[in-house]
Amino acid sequence: MTTANTSEPFSETRIVTRRLHERPDDSWTIDGALASGAYDSLRQVLAQGDPSAVQAEATASGLRGRGGANFSTGQKWSFLPKDTFPRYLVVNGDEGEPSTFKDRMLLERDPHQLLEGIVIASYAIQCNLAFIYVRGEFALGHDRLMRAIADARAKGFIGKDIQGSGFDLDVVVHRGAGAYICGEETALLESLEGERGMPRLKPPFPAIEGLYAKPTVVNNVETLSTLPHIVRMGGEEYAKLGMARSTGTRVCALSGHVKRPGNYEVEFGCTFRDIIFGLGGGIRDDNALKFFLPGGASFQWLVEEHLDEPYDMDHAAQKLGTSLGSGAVMVFDETTDPVRVAWRLAKFYSHESCGKCTPCREGTGWVEKILYRILHGYASPEDFEMVCDVADNISPNFMAAPFNQTTLCPLGPSVASPIASLAKYYRDEIIERIAAQQAEVPA
Amino acid sequence: MFTDDNRARARDIVAQYPRARSAIMPLAYLAQDQHGWLPPEAIPEIAEFCGVSAAEVQGTVSFYTMFKRRPCGRLVVSVCTNVTCLVVGGPEILEHLEVKYASDDDVTVEEVECLAACGNAPSMQVNYEFHERLTPEVAEAIVEDYKAGRLAARTVSGTPQ
Repeated sequence: MTTANTSEPFSETRIVTRRLHERPDDSWTIDGALASGAYDSLRQVLAQGDPSAVQAEATASGLRGRGGANFSTGQKWSFLPKDTFPRYLVVNGDEGEPSTFKDRMLLERDPHQLLEGIVIASYAIQCNLAFIYVRGEFALGHDRLMRAIADARAKGFIGKDIQGSGFDLDVVVHRGAGAYICGEETALLESLEGERGMPRLKPPFPAIEGLYAKPTVVNNVETLSTLPHIVRMGGEEYAKLGMARSTGTRVCALSGHVKRPGNYEVEFGCTFRDIIFGLGGGIRDDNALKFFLPGGASFQWLVEEHLDEPYDMDHAAQKLGTSLGSGAVMVFDETTDPVRVAWRLAKFYSHESCGKCTPCREGTGWVEKILYRILHGYASPEDFEMVCDVADNISPNFMAAPFNQTTLCPLGPSVASPIASLAKYYRDEIIERIAAQQAEVPA
Repeated sequence: MFTDDNRARARDIVAQYPRARSAIMPLAYLAQDQHGWLPPEAIPEIAEFCGVSAAEVQGTVSFYTMFKRRPCGRLVVSVCTNVTCLVVGGPEILEHLEVKYASDDDVTVEEVECLAACGNAPSMQVNYEFHERLTPEVAEAIVEDYKAGRLAARTVSGTPQ
């Protein structure tokens, strides 16, 4: 096995992050954006005048949703029933997955790229009203987006008869208010309808009955921000980037115990070592790596032996039993107590559970409390088996990946991922730790 | 009660949506901006604009942590302790600020989930303005700057003032 803390230098492939790096002082303004090619792809699409051609390019590009589910964007659009109007595009900007901070950057620093993607997508699916659901905490992102919409409207990129094409599109921005669950697409639609953000039973899927029970496409900020580039490059050319069915690039949000955390846009097919060591500079203080979370908080952890595995959505799901999820890579060094991390994640899921499904509402709280006991020395010998059992009740066969659900949405089963990770890598350590705690209890 | 200006704004907000009920959250923000929190008296008025009952508005707004249904300080300090911040000093910042401002009516300190500022953790927000790469001392100095007016604060909803 290769030793940690070594790697060849590695460089980014900047597509959706190009403008914000090239124009750090004004990438979010209409002048800055126009000076670097914003809305050229939209003009090209409108001049061509064929919505189905845009959809064909999206499909040919192999683009898959960058929110976390990795579903084919072109295919998602194709599920809309023909000739049913009105229909809506809803943009998911409710980025809340722990350690994911790419959509916030794209909103704050390149809102025109997103707007261009929204108009192109709306044209492709022939909708005339789009909603952007922005996470409530993103005050600056919201300000810049509102400004960008006003400027784009003044230049005729949004509104009636866009660039003389006869196509109309209005855009409404809706602020969330501090609920992680609203990143789940059906909970987001509920929230947009003025309800508590609780997921819906699927089917019907949003493409059939979404917002206001009308056909609806829900796409992520990064997904839509990629569209102008797919139009510019052509779907086939875009698909040459990446590997296998993971085409193109994705913005990887690297954080934790690395020397240079931040957002890095990488081509799929690089390795975790390229990201953590090549771009992130390796582990702080040259410590040893303990474990890392390859795709946000909701999927199973990886360890040093996985560093040279390819950054590929299908490989992660099928071979590594995890997911590249939201694009966050969280790194923890040897000083980290894995039980403390798992406890904090359980506390998060417990706090954010919407309460609709019993296994999640009750189970996440149980997991949090049991892990707290283990963390602070109050655990009973049976507690580790108990926490595994609770995880199994939320997500049957909880070590399995992708996880099984007893709940409407994946929030509940997500809490099983840290438990499965503890069981996979640290079971003996934890059982010894509990035994040592017992030894300290006075008779 | 909404001011005349805000009543006009409320009507514009309702008109943006195909169904009036969708305006519950934006109108709750509008009321919160006006009052500095979301007082019970605002609920029936929002309900009237949205064509629903007050209970339905209460049901919706009580789901979301950013609607402050109890009076809060004019500065809401939100400190992240989720996992990236957890391992680089977030909880220590939270504790420091909680102790420091325990009896300060101007400042409400709260623990929050991941703020999407992990690249420069640990982080916090003051009225939803981001502050990153913190230590307890730096965090306190920032809050003091807001208190003294050296930094301009947004509203408690994060709207520019």
